Amino acid sequence: MSDIKKIKDDYIDKLNTENNVDKVNNIKSELFGKNGIISNEFKKLGSISVEERKKLASDLNNIKDELQNKISIKIQEIETKEINLKLEKEKIDVTLPERDIEIGKIHPVSQVIDEISSIFSEIGFSVEEGPDVENEYNNFTALNTPDNHPARDMHDTFYLDNNKELLLRTHTSPVQVRTMLKGKPPFKIIAPGRTYRSDSDQTHAPMFHQVEGLHIDKNIHMGHLKGCLNYFIKEFFEVDKIKMRFRPSHFPFTEPSAEVDIGYEIKNGKIVIGEGDKWLEILGCGMVHPNVLKNVKVNSSKYQGYAFGIGIDRLGMLKYGINDLRAFFETDYRWLSHFGFDPLDVPSNYRGLSR
Amino acid sequence: MKFTVDWLKNHLDTKFNNNQIIDKLTNIGLEVESFESSASELDTFIVAKIINAKTHPNADRLKLCDVDIGSDKTIEVVCGAPNAKNGLLTVYAPPGSIIPKNQMKLSVSKIRGVTSYGMLCSESELLLSNESDGIIELKNNKYANKIGEQYFKNTSEKVIDLSITPNRPDCLGVRGVARDLSAAGAGKLKINKKSNLKYRGNQNINVTIKKEKVQGCTTFGSCLIKGVTNKESPKWLKDKIKFLGQKPISAIVDITNYVMFDLNRPLHAYDADKIDNEIIVRSSSKGESFEALDNKKYILENDMCVISDRSGVLGLGGIIGGARSGTEYSTKNILLESAYFLPRSIRKTSKQLNIDTDAKFRFERGIDPLSIEEGLIKASELIKQICGGEISNLDVKKIENYKKTIINFDPFLFEKTTGFNVTNKELIKILEKLGFNVSKNKKFLKLVVPSWRPDITQSIDIVEEIVRIKGYEHINTSEPVKTRLKPTLNYYQKLFHFLQRSVASKGYLETVTWSFTDSKINQLFKENDEEIPIVNPISSDLNVLRNSVFPNLIFYLKKNLDRGFKDISLFEIGPAFKGKNPGDQLTVIGAVRAGKVSRLSWNDKERIVDTFDVKKDVIQSLCEAGIDKDDIVIDDKTPSYYHPGKSGGVYQNKNEKNALAYFGEIHPNIIKKLDIKTEGLVIFEICLDYIKETKQKIKDLKSEYKFSDFQKSERDFAFIINKNFKSQELVNIIKSVDNKLIKSVRVFDVFEGENIPEGKKSIAVNVTIQSEEKTLNENDLDNINKLIISSVESKSGAKIRS
Repeated sequence: MSDIKKIKDDYIDKLNTENNVDKVNNIKSELFGKNGIISNEFKKLGSISVEERKKLASDLNNIKDELQNKISIKIQEIETKEINLKLEKEKIDVTLPERDIEIGKIHPVSQVIDEISSIFSEIGFSVEEGPDVENEYNNFTALNTPDNHPARDMHDTFYLDNNKELLLRTHTSPVQVRTMLKGKPPFKIIAPGRTYRSDSDQTHAPMFHQVEGLHIDKNIHMGHLKGCLNYFIKEFFEVDKIKMRFRPSHFPFTEPSAEVDIGYEIKNGKIVIGEGDKWLEILGCGMVHPNVLKNVKVNSSKYQGYAFGIGIDRLGMLKYGINDLRAFFETDYRWLSHFGFDPLDVPSNYRGLSR
Repeated sequence: MKFTVDWLKNHLDTKFNNNQIIDKLTNIGLEVESFESSASELDTFIVAKIINAKTHPNADRLKLCDVDIGSDKTIEVVCGAPNAKNGLLTVYAPPGSIIPKNQMKLSVSKIRGVTSYGMLCSESELLLSNESDGIIELKNNKYANKIGEQYFKNTSEKVIDLSITPNRPDCLGVRGVARDLSAAGAGKLKINKKSNLKYRGNQNINVTIKKEKVQGCTTFGSCLIKGVTNKESPKWLKDKIKFLGQKPISAIVDITNYVMFDLNRPLHAYDADKIDNEIIVRSSSKGESFEALDNKKYILENDMCVISDRSGVLGLGGIIGGARSGTEYSTKNILLESAYFLPRSIRKTSKQLNIDTDAKFRFERGIDPLSIEEGLIKASELIKQICGGEISNLDVKKIENYKKTIINFDPFLFEKTTGFNVTNKELIKILEKLGFNVSKNKKFLKLVVPSWRPDITQSIDIVEEIVRIKGYEHINTSEPVKTRLKPTLNYYQKLFHFLQRSVASKGYLETVTWSFTDSKINQLFKENDEEIPIVNPISSDLNVLRNSVFPNLIFYLKKNLDRGFKDISLFEIGPAFKGKNPGDQLTVIGAVRAGKVSRLSWNDKERIVDTFDVKKDVIQSLCEAGIDKDDIVIDDKTPSYYHPGKSGGVYQNKNEKNALAYFGEIHPNIIKKLDIKTEGLVIFEICLDYIKETKQKIKDLKSEYKFSDFQKSERDFAFIINKNFKSQELVNIIKSVDNKLIKSVRVFDVFEGENIPEGKKSIAVNVTIQSEEKTLNENDLDNINKLIISSVESKSGAKIRS
């Protein structure tokens, strides 16, 4: 017994100081190999008395377990150490830059159009479009603006022919005409798009964007117009309260007509929408003129409704603090990166209009 | 339309203060542009401080002063005053100022070789005293905080500037504005005093309105005023003229102008002694000419309404008078004209001749045809009062009588349109105050429209009048009606939305550029499209509608490259015009990519952007937008602005006529011609209109889910094949061997050169084979392999590489 105890203690000591897996494995076979020390001790069991055998066998088994356990722990220990050492050597500088991220952006005009469409979609409007090139009739005459009408002077028009028959639409209102001519009431549409006027300075660009709105049904009155625009403005600017003022105005294609101002103030050099005592004109609207309805074959004794036109670029400028309209169309990489929107920022009702 | 509150009060009894009046004007649709003191010549003189006064390099007696005028930068002024010294507060006049003493206008000038921006003023120069030895010395305690502010307080009366909409000619006169205000409860319209003017004798210059096919004049009223003394206007009148932003000329001219702005009744005064015998109102003949009061000679077309005498044209009726018969200080006898000209005629003539005058502006919008006498009387009274003279009887010639406009108005229309109700009593009161004659006719109101309201012709106009005067704040805010008539977006609108965002997500910045472009650049991209010139372009380099998105994209790409950006990805989605008729346009995406991939990367090798970068972007975008990648067919025919060997067209299937997209390198000639400096430039375009609409919704497109768990095998093949043979075709041949078993074919190597015969290339493909029914054994696989090799060899002329 003392022999094997001694063997055990010697090997435990050996294993404690050993740091090499191969050497540990050598010890393992030294002990438990075919002619291993412990294996040989087991072989001796057959030649001793039953009494002694029982005792010795039990001792041997205990020693065997202890040593084997020690060996496997030791191997694991060494392996772990080796792996850690290896990983330590593999360490890289993770603060080095990642591969290039290519960040694309959506232009503010497109983003604002999507925001507007999303808001009006919520109250049942669908989106219509019309061509950028229009004929004189759809752009003016059908909209109750005959040639001899001074209101035409309010629109500096680009023409494509000398007879002034073909032109670049000066507003999105001809989409109203097209929509009503090709369909039957009721109508409930918005029509965003490019519009053109031949003036150009800091606040005017020869091309800009408008969204037209039209709702024609049996009993649509000015209260609905007010409600619709009030809803839109509040949603668009993402404010709880909005100060809004309807003011009489004149457009040949609506009557009564109104211009809508919203309240604002300047705080720390930034424009704050919805408060303050200054007024900012943001859109024109009114009840569609019976002459227009007549021109598009809608019975104005049965159907009536409202229309509005909003400057998209201007809305975007107000909401996102953009000062210069001309910059919208100058394709400056810096400007596009700065004011552009992430393509995943899709305005929607459930996720919110904007981040 | 400009006037002062005092002027308004000539017509309106009101207890309203200025702000209340301003608010009321806005609320009834007479938009107030501004309410400010009229600009004075003295406004430009400002308080300034000399920061540093040093001696002029070329003149000992002059000083060079750095002057703080309250802006970011100091201004350099040369000054001869001995008292100019550091820290002195004084008065500065910028270039453009008019010095009160000598009425000289300052300009930027060089004084002994040094540029002086404006002047520091002495009291004498500002007419404050005779002190001229030095510049003004302002007291520190009073002016130290006022640097940059106006030195002279503008004490002139504030002027209201209204922006009058084209439907309201009546409000182009102060009385009309007063009437509107009175209807809205802002006071009481004063009743015109009855004239006690005494008339002597007849207007003995014969007036004839000729009957013509086109006659622009229906009524011509006139009177003679004999023995006047024309002179400078009295102060009150001069002030009024100045408030209007105009220059006083002489009493007679100022009076006619004053009456025009007061009553909206244009008048014209002729020197009666310069009229040759008689007045004939007629249509012009082509080639006639006259010199107008603006000192320009106008050559007339046919059918313009002219006032003439026996010697020829005197003036254009309702637009501008002629120099020949104009009044002067020496004028003794006047013929005063008050006429009615048709808006249509005025507009046509003034457009043809490009003339804009206050009278034209008013006649074009419609003057009160019944204000002829009123205008003559008011002006005559003033002329008599200021210039003396005797007034003849009024002479009014007409070829047409004014017809009253009568509207039968159903009061219910008001509520139906506005959504709220006003009592008949209130409604009638408003209309009467606006000048309507109202009588009841069962449930209707019979309304006689006042003659000064040519804009009112039908019932809806009446609704507008009532709601405008009542106030838009009375309109209720109804909850939006949420009923939906059809889906928000149609297929192509959704496609637009998807593609826009999917291209952006590939790293492209979206831009929006003009729909017009420079014909010289457009030329390079227009292919066979017709050029669409704009008749009146904003500038010569934006003179045509763009036939393609690329002219602008390339132009702005170059600008950004010139700004120092090297790696640029830009795209635009918008119209490309194919003809000049409405609807001749396509919705396209154009995208450009320049520079390198992985520029200055520490771990990746940098390389120039190439055709396969944009091919990936375009195909991936199309797939994201819902196009099946397996349907896509690539062709190598592309528009001429692409590199002929490094570009391709994308088709939705092989029978499609129009490519829905193109991609590739831009043609080197274009890069050279436009002088674009970049390492690489690749582009792609997608035409949304050529994408076929799928009627099926995605819920219908999701078919039964099938998959195979049987072992799959991969085999590699390398073929030697003609250099021009397209890999797409090779892949198709292999797939067609067994569409069921061959799951995918992947080209993993293309190689030319060493060991490959001239004119040939080696293509290596990896083929995945898998059955849905069983595990394929070696035998099965061998058969397939053999079939693949034999098919490829027989169909393409390729040889398997051993």
